Amino acid sequence: MNYVFPNELHVTWTVMIVLYPYITGLVAGAFIVSSLYHVFGRDELKPISRFSLASAFVFLLFATMPLLMHLGHAERAFNIMLTPHFTSAMAGFGYIYSSYLILVALEIWFVMRSDLIKRTHDKGFLPLVCRAIVLFNYRDTPETRLANHRIAKILAGLGIPMACMLHGYVGFLFGSIKANPWWATPLMFVIFIFSAIVSGISVLIFHYFIVSKINRWKINGPCVRSMASYLWAFMIVAVALEGMELLSIVYEQTEATDVLELLISTKLFWSYVVFQFFICSIVPFFMLGAAVLFRLSDRVAYALIWLSSCMLLAQVLLMRWNVVVGGQLVSKSMRGFTSYMPGVWEKEGLITAGVIFTMPFLILYVFHRLVSLFPDVEKLPKRSNGV
Amino acid sequence: MPCNNAISRRTMIQRIAIGASGTLLLTLFPKLTFGKDDAPDGGKLPAKKRPLYAYAVDTSRCIGCCSCMRACRAENDVPKERYRTWVERYRVKADGEVKVDVAANDNFVFEETPPEDIVKAFFVPKMCNHCEKSVCSQVCPVGASYESPEGVVLVDTKRCIGCGYCIQACPYGTRFINPETHVASKCTWCYHRITRGELPACVLSCPKGARMFGDLHDPQSHLSVFMKQRRYRVLKPEMGTRPKCYYVDLDLEVI
Repeated sequence: MNYVFPNELHVTWTVMIVLYPYITGLVAGAFIVSSLYHVFGRDELKPISRFSLASAFVFLLFATMPLLMHLGHAERAFNIMLTPHFTSAMAGFGYIYSSYLILVALEIWFVMRSDLIKRTHDKGFLPLVCRAIVLFNYRDTPETRLANHRIAKILAGLGIPMACMLHGYVGFLFGSIKANPWWATPLMFVIFIFSAIVSGISVLIFHYFIVSKINRWKINGPCVRSMASYLWAFMIVAVALEGMELLSIVYEQTEATDVLELLISTKLFWSYVVFQFFICSIVPFFMLGAAVLFRLSDRVAYALIWLSSCMLLAQVLLMRWNVVVGGQLVSKSMRGFTSYMPGVWEKEGLITAGVIFTMPFLILYVFHRLVSLFPDVEKLPKRSNGV
Repeated sequence: MPCNNAISRRTMIQRIAIGASGTLLLTLFPKLTFGKDDAPDGGKLPAKKRPLYAYAVDTSRCIGCCSCMRACRAENDVPKERYRTWVERYRVKADGEVKVDVAANDNFVFEETPPEDIVKAFFVPKMCNHCEKSVCSQVCPVGASYESPEGVVLVDTKRCIGCGYCIQACPYGTRFINPETHVASKCTWCYHRITRGELPACVLSCPKGARMFGDLHDPQSHLSVFMKQRRYRVLKPEMGTRPKCYYVDLDLEVI
C-alpha cells in the first residue's frame, strides 16, 4: 500500500494556508477578549482591552497576505468580490473579511478617538498622522466621549458574531470538502472557533508578558489571572471537541477509518499525537489548572500562565498544520500518502511565512507609538545597582 | 479662483450613482457582461437538441499501453509530472494484497515487476468524470470552473485565480495547478476537438477501443447503444456527484 493519484504528488495548499487560519484565529480570539470588557463588562480585562482590540486589527490587516502569496493569480483576487460565484463558500470571504475589517477599524477609531485628539497637540510626524486619522475634527467633550463609548460598545457587540462567522467560515471551508475524509466533518467549524479563541487569548498573554518585561511594567495580576481562567475554559472545550472528532473517526469505522488511523499513527504521529495532543494540550491543561485553582505565588502563577500560552500558541499552529497539510497527505485513492515539506526561500516558504507573521507585531509597535495601548500601566521601581 | 471646468456636487453624485448601478447590474446579470451563450451554437439550439456528451471505459479491454496518456500530453500540452488522464494497474496477490501503480513517468511505461503470486491483474484508465453535479464548479469562488451546455466541465483560464479549492474538492484527484500558467487545469474531453465533431485524443489513440465517447442525446450513437447493452457503474457514487464517465467491468478494488 502506498498509491496516490499522480496529481496528488504536489501538495496544493502549502504553509501559507496553514498560516491563514492561524492568523484569522488570532484575530477572532483577540477581538473576543476585547469584547469581554467592552460588551460584557469584565472590568478586570480593561488593562488589556485596547491592546487586544489593536492586536485583532493588525492581525486582520495581514490575514489576507498568506492568501495573496498563495494565489496563482493574485492580481485577480478582487474577482472574488467583483464576480462572486455564490455556490462557493469561498465567495463569501471577501465580504465577510472586509465588513469585519471595517467594523474593527471603526471600533478602534471610536475607542481611541479621544487619545488621538490629545496627540494632535504635539509636534512631529506622528501627531500629523493622528490629525488625519481623526479627520481633522478635534472636538473632544464629555458628550462626544459618551457617544464614542456607546458606539464602540454596539460595534463590539456586533463584532462577536462576525468574529465567529469569520473563523467559523474558515473551518467550514475545510469541513465542507466531502472529498477529504480528514476534513469532512460538521464539527470542523466549531473546533475552529474554539481554537481561534484559545490562540487569541494565548497571543495576548504571551505578548503582554513580553512587553511588560521589556518596558519594566508591573503585571496586572487580576487581569492576567482572569485571562488564564478564560484560556483554561476555552482550551478544555477546544481540546475536548478535537478529541471527540478523533473518537468519532475511530468509532464510526467508515471506509476512510483505516487510512486515517494510518495517517495518525505514521505521518502525523509526532505533530498530532505527541506534540499537539500530549505535549501542547495536556501539559498546559495541568499548568493552567494549577494557576487557576491553587493559590500560587504571582511569580509561579505567571510563569505557568506564560508557558501555557506559548504551548497553546504552538498547539493551535500544530492543529492548523495537522488539518491543512494532514488532510492533503491522504490520497483520495485511500491507498496511501503523499508528503510535504515547506521550502525555506520559496514564494510560499518558511521565510515568507515568518515575515508575514512578524509584520503584525511591528505594526502593533507603530500603533503603540501613536496611542498608548496600555494607558494605565504602572512602572516597576528601578533596581539598585548590584542587585 | 474656481476652476471653469469643475463639476457640481450634484452632477458628481449622479455620475457615481450611474456608475455604481451599472456595475451592480453587470455583476448581477453576468450575461450582459460576458455576452452570448458559451455554447458553440451560440445558444440557438434548445437544450434537448444539444449533445450531452458522456464517456465510457471498458476496463476489460484496456491493455495498459498508455497510448492515451501520450496522446493527451501531445494534444493538450500537458506539463511534466501533471496528468489529465492516467492508467492504473491493479495486481491482486493470492493473499489478498492489492498493489496499484501508475505509469507516471516520462515514457508512460509501467515498471517491470518481479514475478509474484498474482491471481488477478487489470488496468483502469482515469480522468475527469465531468460530473453532472460537479463539486469543482460548485466551490470555485469566481465561477472559473463551469459546465458547458454539452455537459463538459471546463476551466476559464482567464478567470481562474489559482486558489486550488477545486483541486481539494474533486474526489477523483483529476485536477492540478498548471505550473506554467498557475491556473487550475484538467481533462476537457478535448473540447476543441469534440465541438468540431472529432473524438477526444485519448479515445482516438486507444488501440483496443477501451475508451468510448459520444452523445447520450443521440440514441443511435455508439455510446448510447453500448450503454444500453452493458452494465456499468461510476467511481465514488457515494459522493453524489453523478459522474458522466461510466465504467464497465469495474472491480471492487477500484476507488
